[in-house]
Amino acid sequence: MITLTNIHKTYAARGGGAPVHALADIDLSIERGEVFGIIGRSGAGKSTLLRTVNLLESPSSGSVTVDGVEMTALSAAELRKARHSIGMIFQHFNLLSSRTVFDNVALPLELAGTPKAEIRRTVEPLLDLVGLADKRDRYPAELSGGQKQRVGIARALASKPKVLLSDEATSALDPETTTQILHLLGDINRRLGLTIVLITHEIAVIKEICHKVAVMENGRVIEQGPVFDIFAHPNHPTTRSFVDPVINRGIPDSLRDRLSPQPGLGSNPVLRITFTGAKATTPVISAISRQLNLDLNIWHGQIDEIQGAPFGTLVVEALGDQAKVDAAIALVKENNLGVEVLGHALPANH
Amino acid sequence: MLSPQIIDLLIKGLIDTLHMVAVSGAIGTLIGLPIGVMLAVTGRGELLQNFAFNKVMGAVVNMTRSTPFIILVVAIIPFTRLIAGTSIGTNAAIVPLTVAAAPFIARVVENAVREVDRGLVEAAQAMGATPFQIIRKVLLPEALPGIVAGLTLSAVSLVGYSAMVGAVGGGGLGDLGIRYGYQRFLPEVMLAVVIVLIVLVQIVQSTGDLIARRVNKRNLKS
Repeated sequence: MITLTNIHKTYAARGGGAPVHALADIDLSIERGEVFGIIGRSGAGKSTLLRTVNLLESPSSGSVTVDGVEMTALSAAELRKARHSIGMIFQHFNLLSSRTVFDNVALPLELAGTPKAEIRRTVEPLLDLVGLADKRDRYPAELSGGQKQRVGIARALASKPKVLLSDEATSALDPETTTQILHLLGDINRRLGLTIVLITHEIAVIKEICHKVAVMENGRVIEQGPVFDIFAHPNHPTTRSFVDPVINRGIPDSLRDRLSPQPGLGSNPVLRITFTGAKATTPVISAISRQLNLDLNIWHGQIDEIQGAPFGTLVVEALGDQAKVDAAIALVKENNLGVEVLGHALPANH
Repeated sequence: MLSPQIIDLLIKGLIDTLHMVAVSGAIGTLIGLPIGVMLAVTGRGELLQNFAFNKVMGAVVNMTRSTPFIILVVAIIPFTRLIAGTSIGTNAAIVPLTVAAAPFIARVVENAVREVDRGLVEAAQAMGATPFQIIRKVLLPEALPGIVAGLTLSAVSLVGYSAMVGAVGGGGLGDLGIRYGYQRFLPEVMLAVVIVLIVLVQIVQSTGDLIARRVNKRNLKS
């Protein structure tokens, strides 16, 4: 649906300094009907990247294709027409204060020269969809933040777009309203089959509605893939720093203090078993203790759900000799679960 | 007490002042509004960025605005004669008043349009709006409260300027005050002129404020 190929965006620095690379080497492919999240800290270039999709920012080099149309090759007039099929919502809503809710939603249709009667036929169902039918003659100043964003969503959908771009759409909202707006977006994605590209700095947003995610830093995509895989196996330190607070892969400090990289006198290996997807429910712990007669002391554990699939980690101390521990690791791997040796626990009184 | 003749003169002066302010304000708006919008949208990083136009137009506007009005009145007498056919009288006075009003209005309109949130322009661009549509459907409606406030300010300034056009026989309340109140030493006429001007300015300002409030939908109580 959306293909970005080898996108670069370079600004000449003011005062003759080194040019600023806002975007570099970006390749992204976004499938039809997907909710694709782009996460990064402020200044990472995610906002610039989102704006290259509808060419509000034109890349210095590279090509942007949306629904088979190469956006970067269009004339100004053709580009305006192509933008009718790309909706956009904003962090600060960007509603016209001088227009009522109805007239705000009608704006993209007015711009496209749609007849009045058809505008009404289009706008009214949209106001129902976002739950604001009773506010149609209100002005934005009379609405709450969540209601304003609903107007923004209805407006973005008015021209029946195939793609919806979301620029930090929930960042100015409180947590409860954020959840409501994300549910609305997820609902629209499923019901209308709309492709959604969203940028955010909140990993919770990615976890909540995205199918795929790209992580950005310094104008580059440092990691991308299905949300589940990225959460389960974050490779880049930045990705880990995003994922760790919501997926607690670490172990508490009090236990970390007992952990040594080398085996010592009377130490036991500490393993981290990672449960992903359908295998997350395998009763591997009881299998190990029953089949191998190996006791496992559970240190720490967490089971969460990402995109409807269970995901969890369990940190255990294996109370047995090396042969049994090796057998246990083999058994875990046989069950297609992840396992790694974190270190060795010295006896508590050591 | 004021004599009936003086009262007649006051009424005629008021009518002349209203006539000059209304006509020069209207024509000044017709000229100043588009110039103000163009100045705003051709600025750096704006919708139709155009340095050459912006600099030249900005310089023209500044030149007119930095000329003291009484000098402007005299300096453009040939132009006034060309337009009005004469350089004396109320109609002739409208020409320099308009020449002074248009750039003033252009600047207040420019400021009002610049105040419009850039995000709204971006949203309209994302919808595929043409620059002209953005001006008509986004910038002008959103800047309207500021434009109304600016036009009110311009009207009040024009009332003040109109007092100076007595120098070219422009008539109006200011002329009355100078000729009868000052030169013929009739302080009661001067006082009456000042009071009428104060009331006039109050009415203009209050009406402007009321309209600006009506068109401003930004601070509604829910």
